[in-house]
Amino acid sequence: MGDSALRLEFPQAPRLAIQARLRALSFLLEADPLPGVMETVPAYTTLVVHYDPARLSYHQVVSWVRERIGRVEDSAARPPRRIEVPVRYGGDSGPDLEAVAAATGLSPAQAIRLHAERVYTVFLLGFAPGFPYLGVLPRQLRLPRRASPRPRVPAGSVAIAGSQTGIYPIDSPGGWHWIGHTPLVLFDPRRELPFLFAPGDRVRFVPIE
Amino acid sequence: MLEVLESVGWVTVQDGGRFGWRRFGVPPSGPMDWFAHRAANRLVGNPPQAAALEIGFGEVTLLAHRHLVLAATGVGYRVSTALWTFPLWTSFVVRAGETVRIDRTGWGNWAYLAVAGGLETEMLLGSRAAYGRAGLGAPLTGGDRLPVGRPSASLDELAARTLSAQSLLPYSPSICVDVIPGPHQNVFTAEGRRAFFESPYALIEPSDRTGYRLQGIAVERADRNELPSEGMAPGSVQVPADGQPIVLMADGGTTGGYPVIAVVARADLPLLAQLPLNAGAVRFRATTVDAAQARYRALLHVLDNAIQIEENPHRLAQ
Repeated sequence: MGDSALRLEFPQAPRLAIQARLRALSFLLEADPLPGVMETVPAYTTLVVHYDPARLSYHQVVSWVRERIGRVEDSAARPPRRIEVPVRYGGDSGPDLEAVAAATGLSPAQAIRLHAERVYTVFLLGFAPGFPYLGVLPRQLRLPRRASPRPRVPAGSVAIAGSQTGIYPIDSPGGWHWIGHTPLVLFDPRRELPFLFAPGDRVRFVPIE
Repeated sequence: MLEVLESVGWVTVQDGGRFGWRRFGVPPSGPMDWFAHRAANRLVGNPPQAAALEIGFGEVTLLAHRHLVLAATGVGYRVSTALWTFPLWTSFVVRAGETVRIDRTGWGNWAYLAVAGGLETEMLLGSRAAYGRAGLGAPLTGGDRLPVGRPSASLDELAARTLSAQSLLPYSPSICVDVIPGPHQNVFTAEGRRAFFESPYALIEPSDRTGYRLQGIAVERADRNELPSEGMAPGSVQVPADGQPIVLMADGGTTGGYPVIAVVARADLPLLAQLPLNAGAVRFRATTVDAAQARYRALLHVLDNAIQIEENPHRLAQ
């Protein structure tokens, strides 16, 4: 991946198992970093290791990572945290809820129940600082993205698209179906822990009035 | 202290970048043209990653509240005070109460203004690099006051230093940049790959610190399926369904789902950053990781050894 990043891909196994291994490897690499390695980014089937080519060559990074791949146990990953997210569904807090219900043949109450009964995993954070890609969404709720994105979705909006659900940490344009809103603050750079979520966290939505 | 009197375009504070937060979706930011940013810092005796002003597609007027040594670098800009126009890539003194103006004179997109001592604006997530979209610093406007740190030497010692002309990058409106072939080669047809590596592309709008949009012969994809999102690096050349490449720049997404046909070598990212909109052309040439890293290290070496002290009457006059 260019001259400043190493990309590892694990295409063979089922995704959830790969993800656990990728997170474990990422944790192992960051716990004992090689000077010149900046950071690692685990995703669905890949791990990217960003490094400074002024200090390290590609070959040095490859052999450092290779040495550690063998040592990865799934249990080496940080135990997942469990985070409950209160959500006000529908109305002004989730203007697409009615349309989602109509498109999936569910009642709004059924759609809420389906969305909130599952425990999701944070697969990765991206798109905007602290935006969690959460999966997997129950089949009955899966829809393609909106035909045209909204120019602005407020911070805290809970949305779904495809097999995933997510929460907008900052006011952003949004192409997902906006079904609810949480009062939690996902990103605050001045907070001791700036981000609410980390890769691997388990998340459950709790409906509130 | 340096006060912003007026700004047009994208005027931000940028240091070497914000690292360690990409897994949370925060891009590294930092300068669009790392060479010009680093050179500006070296000229005024700062550490290479110190915070400096970046001026993109615009201009800025500043007021010095005390005597300062400054250096402006970049392509297509001019730096002046009421009395003097100074050359780029050279350090100079401004006195308390003087105004400094940076404005555009020709092709090129980004200029840097470093101050001896560095800008000491607020650090957020370990960096002063502005990433306005997430509230990490904001574009500067009239009235903003920028604290300045302690210079590494006396102003006299730091003034009138210049980067030798032969050390400058070959900035041009028509460039050929080295790229390392990307991880998704099999997603493209042979014709698609040929188009990318053999035909020129133009930089078009909208292009910004997030990404540079290119236009040329479409890079045809054999496979239109979406890929699972994965980590991206600055310089990654993504190819969306329409085949027109987008190069991720300093504020580019940390993850993405478009296939990456190639990644621009660090050594050549500054040339791409300065490519004029709608008027220039870029060609891509495949290289290896080893060769790209060797070129990058050689550039750093040149830059760190190329600052000379200029003996000129202007210096004596001060």
